[in-house]
Amino acid sequence: MAMNYNSKDEVDGGPPCAPGGTAKSRRPDNTAFKQQRLPAWQPILTAGTVLPTFFIIGLIFIPIGIGIFVTSNNIREIEIDYTGTEPSSPCNKCLSPDVTPCFCTINFTLEKSFEGNVFMYYGLSNFYQNHRRYVKSRDDSQLNGDSSALLNPSKECEPYRRNEDKPIAPCGAIANSMFNDTLELFLIGNDSSPTPITLKKKGIAWWTDKNVKFRNPPGGETLEERFKGTTKPVNWLNPVYMLDSDPDNNGFINEDFIVWMRTAALPTFRKLYRLIERKSDLHPTLPAGRYYLNITYNYPVHSFDGRKRMILSTISWMGGKNPFLGIAYIAIGSISFLLGVVLLVINHKYRNSSNTADITI
Amino acid sequence: MEREPAAAEEPRPPGRRRRRRRRREGRTRTVRSNLLPPPGAEDPAAGAAKGERRRRVCAQHLADNRLKTTKYTLLSFLPKNLFEQFHRLANVYFVFIALLNFVPAVNAFQPGLALAPVLFILAVTAFKDLWEDYSRHRSDHEINHLGCLVFSREEKKYVNRFWKEIRVGDFVRLRCNEIIPADILLLSSSDPDGLCHIETANLDGETNLKRRQVVRGFSELVSEFNPLTFTSIIECEKPNNDLTRFRGCIIHDNGKKAGLYKENLLLRGCTIRNTEAVVGIVIYAGHETKALLNNSGPRYKRSQLERQMNCDVLWCVLLLVCMSLFSAVGHGLWVRRYQDKKSLFDVPESDGSALSPVTAAVYSFLTMIIVLQVLIPISLYVSIEIVKVCQVYFINQDMELYDEETDSQLQCRALNITEDLGQIQYIFSDKTGTLTENKMVFRRCTVSGIEYSHDANAQRLARYQEADSEEEEVMPRGGLASQRGSIGSHQSIRMMHRSQSTKSHRRTGSRAEAKRASMLSKHTAFSSPMEKDITPDPKLLEKVSECDRCLSVARHKEHPLAHLSPELSDVFDFFIALTICNTVVVTSPDQPRQKVRVRFELKSPVKTIEDFLRRFTPSRLTSGCSSIGSLATSKSNHKSGSSFLSSLSSDSTLLRLEDKLSQPTTAIASNGYSSQAGKELELRYEAESPDEAALVYAAKAYNCALVDRLHDQVSVELPHLGRLTFELLHTLGFDSIRKRMSVVIRHPITDEINVYTKGADSVVMDLLLPCSSDDARGRHQKKIRSKTQNFLNMYAVEGLRTLCIAKRVLSKEEYACWLQSHLEAESSVDNREELLFQSAIRLETNLHLLGATGIEDRLQEGVPETIAKLRQAGLQIWVLTGDKQETAINIAHACKLLDHEEEVITVNAESQEACAALLDQCLRYVQSRGLHSSPEKTESKVSVGFSPLCPTPTSTASNPSPSLVIDGRSLAYALEKNLEDKFLFLAKQCRSVLCCRSTPLQKSMVVKLVRSKLKAMTLAIGDGANDVSMIQVADVGVGISGQEGMQAVMASDFAVPRFRYLERLLIVHGHWCYSRLANMVLYFFYKNTMFVGLLFWFQFYCGFSASAMIDQWYLIFFNLLFSSLPQLVTGVLDKDVPAHVLLTKPQLYRSGQNMEEYRPQTFWLNMVDAAFQSLVCFFIPYLAYYNSDVDLFTWGTPITAIALFTFLLHLGIETRTWTWLNWITCGFSILLFFAVALIYNASCAACYPPSNPYWTMQTLLGDPLFYLTCLIAPVTALLPRLFFKALQGSLFPTPLQLGRRSASKRLNIPKETFAQGCLEGDLRTEHSVGRTTSSSDCTSQASWHTQQPAYSPEASGGRSVVDNSVPLRDDTVLEGLSAQSPGSSTWGAAVPEGCPEESKVKSTSAGRVAPLSSLFNLPNFSSINWISSLSLVSGLGSQFADGQAGRGFPVQAPSGRAGLKGTDHGLLLGAPSRGHS
Repeated sequence: MAMNYNSKDEVDGGPPCAPGGTAKSRRPDNTAFKQQRLPAWQPILTAGTVLPTFFIIGLIFIPIGIGIFVTSNNIREIEIDYTGTEPSSPCNKCLSPDVTPCFCTINFTLEKSFEGNVFMYYGLSNFYQNHRRYVKSRDDSQLNGDSSALLNPSKECEPYRRNEDKPIAPCGAIANSMFNDTLELFLIGNDSSPTPITLKKKGIAWWTDKNVKFRNPPGGETLEERFKGTTKPVNWLNPVYMLDSDPDNNGFINEDFIVWMRTAALPTFRKLYRLIERKSDLHPTLPAGRYYLNITYNYPVHSFDGRKRMILSTISWMGGKNPFLGIAYIAIGSISFLLGVVLLVINHKYRNSSNTADITI
Repeated sequence: MEREPAAAEEPRPPGRRRRRRRRREGRTRTVRSNLLPPPGAEDPAAGAAKGERRRRVCAQHLADNRLKTTKYTLLSFLPKNLFEQFHRLANVYFVFIALLNFVPAVNAFQPGLALAPVLFILAVTAFKDLWEDYSRHRSDHEINHLGCLVFSREEKKYVNRFWKEIRVGDFVRLRCNEIIPADILLLSSSDPDGLCHIETANLDGETNLKRRQVVRGFSELVSEFNPLTFTSIIECEKPNNDLTRFRGCIIHDNGKKAGLYKENLLLRGCTIRNTEAVVGIVIYAGHETKALLNNSGPRYKRSQLERQMNCDVLWCVLLLVCMSLFSAVGHGLWVRRYQDKKSLFDVPESDGSALSPVTAAVYSFLTMIIVLQVLIPISLYVSIEIVKVCQVYFINQDMELYDEETDSQLQCRALNITEDLGQIQYIFSDKTGTLTENKMVFRRCTVSGIEYSHDANAQRLARYQEADSEEEEVMPRGGLASQRGSIGSHQSIRMMHRSQSTKSHRRTGSRAEAKRASMLSKHTAFSSPMEKDITPDPKLLEKVSECDRCLSVARHKEHPLAHLSPELSDVFDFFIALTICNTVVVTSPDQPRQKVRVRFELKSPVKTIEDFLRRFTPSRLTSGCSSIGSLATSKSNHKSGSSFLSSLSSDSTLLRLEDKLSQPTTAIASNGYSSQAGKELELRYEAESPDEAALVYAAKAYNCALVDRLHDQVSVELPHLGRLTFELLHTLGFDSIRKRMSVVIRHPITDEINVYTKGADSVVMDLLLPCSSDDARGRHQKKIRSKTQNFLNMYAVEGLRTLCIAKRVLSKEEYACWLQSHLEAESSVDNREELLFQSAIRLETNLHLLGATGIEDRLQEGVPETIAKLRQAGLQIWVLTGDKQETAINIAHACKLLDHEEEVITVNAESQEACAALLDQCLRYVQSRGLHSSPEKTESKVSVGFSPLCPTPTSTASNPSPSLVIDGRSLAYALEKNLEDKFLFLAKQCRSVLCCRSTPLQKSMVVKLVRSKLKAMTLAIGDGANDVSMIQVADVGVGISGQEGMQAVMASDFAVPRFRYLERLLIVHGHWCYSRLANMVLYFFYKNTMFVGLLFWFQFYCGFSASAMIDQWYLIFFNLLFSSLPQLVTGVLDKDVPAHVLLTKPQLYRSGQNMEEYRPQTFWLNMVDAAFQSLVCFFIPYLAYYNSDVDLFTWGTPITAIALFTFLLHLGIETRTWTWLNWITCGFSILLFFAVALIYNASCAACYPPSNPYWTMQTLLGDPLFYLTCLIAPVTALLPRLFFKALQGSLFPTPLQLGRRSASKRLNIPKETFAQGCLEGDLRTEHSVGRTTSSSDCTSQASWHTQQPAYSPEASGGRSVVDNSVPLRDDTVLEGLSAQSPGSSTWGAAVPEGCPEESKVKSTSAGRVAPLSSLFNLPNFSSINWISSLSLVSGLGSQFADGQAGRGFPVQAPSGRAGLKGTDHGLLLGAPSRGHS
């Protein structure tokens, strides 16, 4: 309908402007923005302009890398595989499903003492906790103590939603497959009797998980009452309210459970199992020496070629032992530095031509 | 448009006020007056109230005048809009994916969430549509509520009504300057002749007035028209959109029929002018009006880049499917592996049964498609639309594309092909009005074989040209008398101005001047001072006044003309013909024309017809003719009253003449030259074509002024003779087939019936009376003819438009016979046009040649420069014109499309076979060039005065490729299926192609051919209706919003005010748009691939289960929110090379033509880089978190952050221009991501399954590892890209990068240094001008170097100098180049290639010097000089004069600019605009 607009424009817009002396002009505004003349920085990528970047990257990355590498190397870490697939392993006997419960003991030696707080992890390999259907198979509302969700879990939990017409609490595949080995650590001292190492159960989960995300269902005096009408996950030996004796670490807010529910990113992962707190500044938390690990072997990983490990590790400001990151920083820093040198050479060689060369097509 | 079936009309109740009946079978519409009571109805007074109500009731199924352009109503908006949106395949796809999410087995995200982006996109589009619809509604409302006078039956008078209330059959009264509300049949006019003038500017943009005529039978009414007495029935065509056609008939009560034609119809949207009031009956209303039927919405074209992009989108789809398939197979295998192993993490089906591998694979496939949907960028289309809208906005806002003279800027009518502007390879240009101004200026004429060269006039024009070229149009306005005077006075005025005003003054002065001139001439087309003020040739003026004197003495004698010598009588007739053989309307500037009409007595039509016929027809014809005459109320009939009277005796004519002279309004002293000059200012000629105006103004310059034109008479004013009133019997209008127009008049002095014909020489020359070579008179005539033909050829060589003027004296018997058949033709309804055409042909024979005129169509400002620039930019320019070959070639020379030293291959073939042979020959020649086989021997039909254009094969091998000239007939053959390949192959080899005498259809066929066969991007530019088809066919159609109406603009994608704006539009904006969009699209693909890559690599670690470590929110909103703004800003604002560099180095445009930014290999390279980057961004976090206690989403979030940083850094590398907007949007993106993440992660503890990211981001922010990975991963990912970019930038820089570099170098130069350099450049230029008059650019450039020591003493030539003054020289050379290039034809091409300041290149360029300078020794140079001396410095025939003018110009220019703008930037921006010659 352009022509009608036009006609209107001419009728309305045209004449009134004329007597004003300056007729309304369609001249565009002369502003920097409209004329695309905004002040601008126009970097040009050539060897000469880019090489400082490479040197700067090199200069920053190499020290960071060295720092990380040193830090990471200072971390003490020991991994004990106790899957028991090797016939020589003490846990080999537990591979057969007939032996229940199965206990085995693995001896190991700490060459150096572990200073500071020591973290005890269990590690699983080839365990796909990030599988899509596995990850989905949980009901956060139920875990958050929602009573309706407790009795009527989300459909996502299928097929671990109901068992014998009772809702499973906690429902879902994740909960169902919870790690249930028990690990105990003993220091074999110089004297004959081994001293058990105090393993702290609490404080291994995120504070927010423990206090906000996971809650036991309301009502009832005892946990058992609160979970009334639900049944335990199929694979579990005990119902959820019998995970621990400590009421503050039982039910959904059992920290082992919470830790397990935080599904691992990769098929090879570790999860925090216990804390070994430093007792005093004088003594190392875990002095060098011989130890043995008592395992209540429940968790079957052998069937799907998984592996189980126990890990003891100290931590630094940047977390656990991580040799990769330091090396990566050093490597990238060096490469960058090297490329910088290459560019320097090129720049030196070609500067004249690149500065004077003009467009020659 | 047929809304109302005929059947629905049958049961209509009586008493309706409005009736309209259509016959389905008859394809006509019948209109009756609404005021009539229907036959057999009850008393009208009683039914009045009822009728009013009925009117309302019936309203819904009547096509009323209400304008409704809205698409939606409140209710229909949602469904209709959604329906329209789902026509887009992409939307369907995304909705499909979102719906797929609702299937539990395969869903990847929360179903509602997955819908969000689709809904967002749909909502944005819907909102946009709603807004548009609302604004349409508002304007509709406004238009619907305009008021107009409609006759009311109740009140028996005209009452004010809204436009929307007008119905078909209503009587509408319109006053002067009112806009016509509907298509109205003109029934009455205040004009005594029953005429009405309308301005159709709103319809087709033509500003000249068009004449409309009252329906035959109504004009004779004595009293005022009374609608109540209108009882006739009108039958007419059904509504159609043909503006130029209307047929129908009106059936009176007595059963008489009268035809209705286009001339009777007032079209909606036009404006009534020059007529006090008109009354008409509405025939078509509202959407059935021709104006609205013609109005099609904006066009949708798909750009080439978009097509390529769509192809790449398909690749992405393929990639997506491949990834999903791979993943599905992987998952199937994975499931099979763990199927029987009782793996704890394998979740069985809900019924507990294990999932079979195949089912799992299928599920996985579908889920993967959902998860990886990001690969098909949902936001891509929206982003591109946004970017294009912004690009269009910026193009519209560009001040450099604003034309002050017409107060118009560039209009982008098509919103989605901006980037095509950067890829054009072929330009097809119209000539007239596109390359030229379409300002026709009378240049010279020949009368009865004597040429009047009008030297003074040529000088006058040359001065205009000069004034134009120096942008100092300081011609004294209003000083017409002085302009009429001697050349000397002119010179002095100009000199005075020159000495008075500074350069800057002059510039602004000229601007204002131009503006004022355009304002003044706004209401009258083709009347700029340049067109109006013609300096007469003294010899001819002398002859004219001699005629005048003789006749004034002799007019009372028996045979007045016999007293004149044949030559003088030819001169007299020539000017009479110039004055009256046209359709020019004379108006006075201030008010609508008040016709002073002297009527001696009231005429009674029937009687006079009989009288008329009796008088003119031999008795034996009387009966037959009179019967026809009485039957047909032809247009010639109602003027016969006066003709009868005048024909009574010649004395009575004179009596009347004297009578008229006594009238106060027209009283002009018949002998007063001075008083006439005073009156001159008041006369305004409104012509339909510029040629006509030019001729009328020319005649006026010879004191033969058209003073009045009425329907049936034309008055001419001569100094001695006074006012002569010619009785206008017929006007046979111009048409493109006859190529001529004629008027039939009765000469007041001789009382003879004369036919004056004006037309193209080719046709008129063939219609001349064959003259016997026996008698002296015949021989003389023959001689005159051959002389005239020679002069015509000469005019053509000069590039003038030629018209022949001829005359025929009809005996009364001849006339009567012709009249009889003509009346028959006029009154016939069926094939009236055809019959009238035949009738005209019968009349226009046996003509007597009077003379010929040469009209110059001046080149538009800056055309040669623009063409040179576009050429340098690698564009092939074809000119397709309807003009004759010689004219076209000369214009081509003038605008530097053809060079004098280059070869011209002319293809003029008479037959298909000849054409084929000719093409073969040319092909052979082109392929074996260097041989001296002149293609001209291929029966070039051009013979006279054409020698300079013939190929003069220069001995050099570096000869530029030849140009091809082909005429319309050969073109028709060449476009045949079997020849088109040959033709194209030949055309491809040629530097430029000129198609003459081509029809609009051929134009479009050529464009289509090039477009389809060469797969090239084409641009067609034109200004007239004949270019419309070509504009529509081309990839990009550009219309020039010039003088010839808006049809081309309506059809175009872009409308520019002038041809020269094409340069900036293509070279700057086209390049930018292309580069921006190409980069943005590539970036989009990169971004999505890289993002999807992250997810894909993860599949290897999650059993190909289609799990995603990136939270679904981030996944879905990443493209939409977090990473969209920076790329939009870059896509809108990024400039790879600044505008001034693009303009000074047009060859940078080639990057767009070659699609360098976005090629398939660029795309795949981009994809590979994306894959690499995603590998880095995936595996660095992977390895960093390997065997740690990190959970899935705490690990995924850093990856998201890394991806965001990588994207922004990547964009940073790709962004060439960083403005504060880029910084802000980048910062905003990062902030937004973290803000959203923090809020999202804190918002709900038990929501958003399955990720449930409560407090994840907060935890991460306290983790040093997060920062460490976020630092190293993007850097590592981008290190190679940065390195290779730097390497490439240093080692193999693209021209674009070099251009950028030279631009930035310039910006680094301190101001004073630059000023100095500029000054130096000036002086040097001055020197070079002083020194070199006939050298090529390269030599003159070299001369600067050699002269440099004079200004920089330390410079002793050679390399060291060069190094010392790198920045300076760089600039000055650039300055020099651009200063020189306007004036150079061959140099323009040579400059960028051959003349950088590298000494090694210099040597090669020195090699070029020889042939170029040797050019001046070529034989043809002298002939070129000959032409230029003929045309002086008119600019059309002489580019050498141009070249020299251009050469002289830079002496002043730089200092002028320095005075204007102090900054180097401003200087450089100003650079391209100077040097218009």
